[in-house]
Amino acid sequence: MSMNKEGRPTAAGAVTAIRTAALLPDEPLLFEIGDREHSGVDLPEVEIGEDRLGGFGRRTSLDLAGLTEPEAMRHYVRLSRLNMSIDAGMYPLGSCTMKHNPRLNERMARLPGFADVHPLQPVSTVQGALAVMQQLSDWLMTLTNTAAVALSPKAGAHGELLGMMAIKAAQEARGEGHRRVVLVPESAHGTNPATAAFLGYSVRSIDARADGTVDVEAVKAALGPDVAGIMLTNPNTCGLFEPQVIEIADAVHAAGGFFYCDGANFNAIMGVVRPGDLGIDAMHINLHKTFSTPHGGGGPGAGPVVLSEALAPFAPLPFLRRNGDGLELVEHVEGEALGRITAFHGQMGMYVRALTYMLSHGGDGLAQAAKDAVLNANYIKARLEGTFSAPFGGQPCMHEVLFDDSFLEGTGVTTLDFAKALIDEGFHPMTMYFPLVVHGAMLIEPTESESLQTLDRFCDVMLELASAARAGDAERFTAAPHAAPRRRLDETRAARQPVLKWEEAEGRAEAAE
Amino acid sequence: MTTRFTKDHEYIRMEGEIGVVGISTYAQEQLGDIVFVELPSVGQTFAKGDEAAVVESVKAASEIYAPVSGTVTEVNEALAGEPGLVNTAPGAEGWMFKIRPSDPSELEGLMDEAAYGALIG
Repeated sequence: MSMNKEGRPTAAGAVTAIRTAALLPDEPLLFEIGDREHSGVDLPEVEIGEDRLGGFGRRTSLDLAGLTEPEAMRHYVRLSRLNMSIDAGMYPLGSCTMKHNPRLNERMARLPGFADVHPLQPVSTVQGALAVMQQLSDWLMTLTNTAAVALSPKAGAHGELLGMMAIKAAQEARGEGHRRVVLVPESAHGTNPATAAFLGYSVRSIDARADGTVDVEAVKAALGPDVAGIMLTNPNTCGLFEPQVIEIADAVHAAGGFFYCDGANFNAIMGVVRPGDLGIDAMHINLHKTFSTPHGGGGPGAGPVVLSEALAPFAPLPFLRRNGDGLELVEHVEGEALGRITAFHGQMGMYVRALTYMLSHGGDGLAQAAKDAVLNANYIKARLEGTFSAPFGGQPCMHEVLFDDSFLEGTGVTTLDFAKALIDEGFHPMTMYFPLVVHGAMLIEPTESESLQTLDRFCDVMLELASAARAGDAERFTAAPHAAPRRRLDETRAARQPVLKWEEAEGRAEAAE
Repeated sequence: MTTRFTKDHEYIRMEGEIGVVGISTYAQEQLGDIVFVELPSVGQTFAKGDEAAVVESVKAASEIYAPVSGTVTEVNEALAGEPGLVNTAPGAEGWMFKIRPSDPSELEGLMDEAAYGALIG
């Protein structure tokens, strides 16, 4: 489509059929909306004699879809309406802590002094931003009772990598680089063994006990002079607090290892339990989970890592230091172990949001949020457990409740089908098939954000779905979702034959179908 | 021709001195549609219980352990293009690798079909 310099269309663009189902449009790809003959802004023809590009002028077409600004904007707005988000409804995805992202966080992050700050500005002009980083660091260290924090990791898995790099560096500094094994319980997050393997460790798996927790005796049996440490998720992915965590930490330390704790589930214990008191050496904290900064598209993740006294000397650069009345970023240290792990200083916008959340709650408010998150999960557990099968039955859960699929036995409905049917009822599905320790897992984490009314509606829907499955209405499940913009996707074909690039002929042919 | 099973659901079928390794029908059912198989290299040696291959399904990624110690003599290249063979014919075209056992007595420690059948119920 042509348009003038103000971005208004001046000619009819390519006609594209858009099937419209009520207010949910079936959105074509960018390339199917625009065409390659036009660009967003048509510049007048200019006479150029000899170009001065020295032979570097572009010879081939740019191959971009030519869209006007309103076309491009509408494309993304329409796509966003096909998405299920925490802003649109309950999102009980287990181990993801999909809590509400308070608007106050957004307001603070948009203050120009934070939003427009540049990492290469002179330090004297960013003292406010550094003070935010310092205060956030203090909160994180206080909440965890640890000696140091590295703010810069950009995601939980990045934080894990850093924490394990610090452990590796500490052991190499002690002359114990021969420790090549990391213990990972079955109930750990999937990224834990991946992190260990990425650093060249081999992973020794620790089986879960019948009650879903880790047995200190099993850990002791697996420890040895070749073990670098353990990566334990606490509370674990069965939604249970590890009752023997202190004994496990002591045993690992006695064997010369370090204790990496996966802090992804910190929301269950924030302000109530200090992981440093449990004997951890390193733990990442997902600001985008526990401290209410957005997940994914709403903003980048952030995974600061707290470190024990033993690991503090191995923190990466840069770090903050008081300098007279102000703060400075220390960016070079002689003989430092790790150097930088990101180009700059991490996700400033997320620091502002997380600190806003902390300051607006206060220490008591954070503890209340954690307790409410646990209460909400136990409310769901109590309402559903007569019908749904809780593999670790009697004990209360922490911030998330785990069911297996034995209640679906003989119905012809799988966990996947059940989750898809939940979409038709307006809920994002729970985490499925994880953790692997139970069959057909359904892991539900409501967070503290949901009201009693929402929890009740969710439980009503879950119970109604369970009775429909048992009454033999398998079609409702196996063909679900019925009401979503896309029906059941062929995940197998998508994984086996991924189409990663739009090809004109194929794209046009499929669009015409 | 004897087929033996591990508690981790691998099978090894002896064809002369070479064992053909794959996963059981039960295992592929539990995993769901297999979308990727990472195979060992020919000539690699494993101790019994070492991680020898990885299968990825729509639900999960799982390690495949060497059922016995030995050296890999051949891998099933067809799985690169058609990982679904593990679902459609786990005991036949869906085999993963062949191994020459270094200690054939290890086979005795594995389950026969009846014992494996009892394990999976």
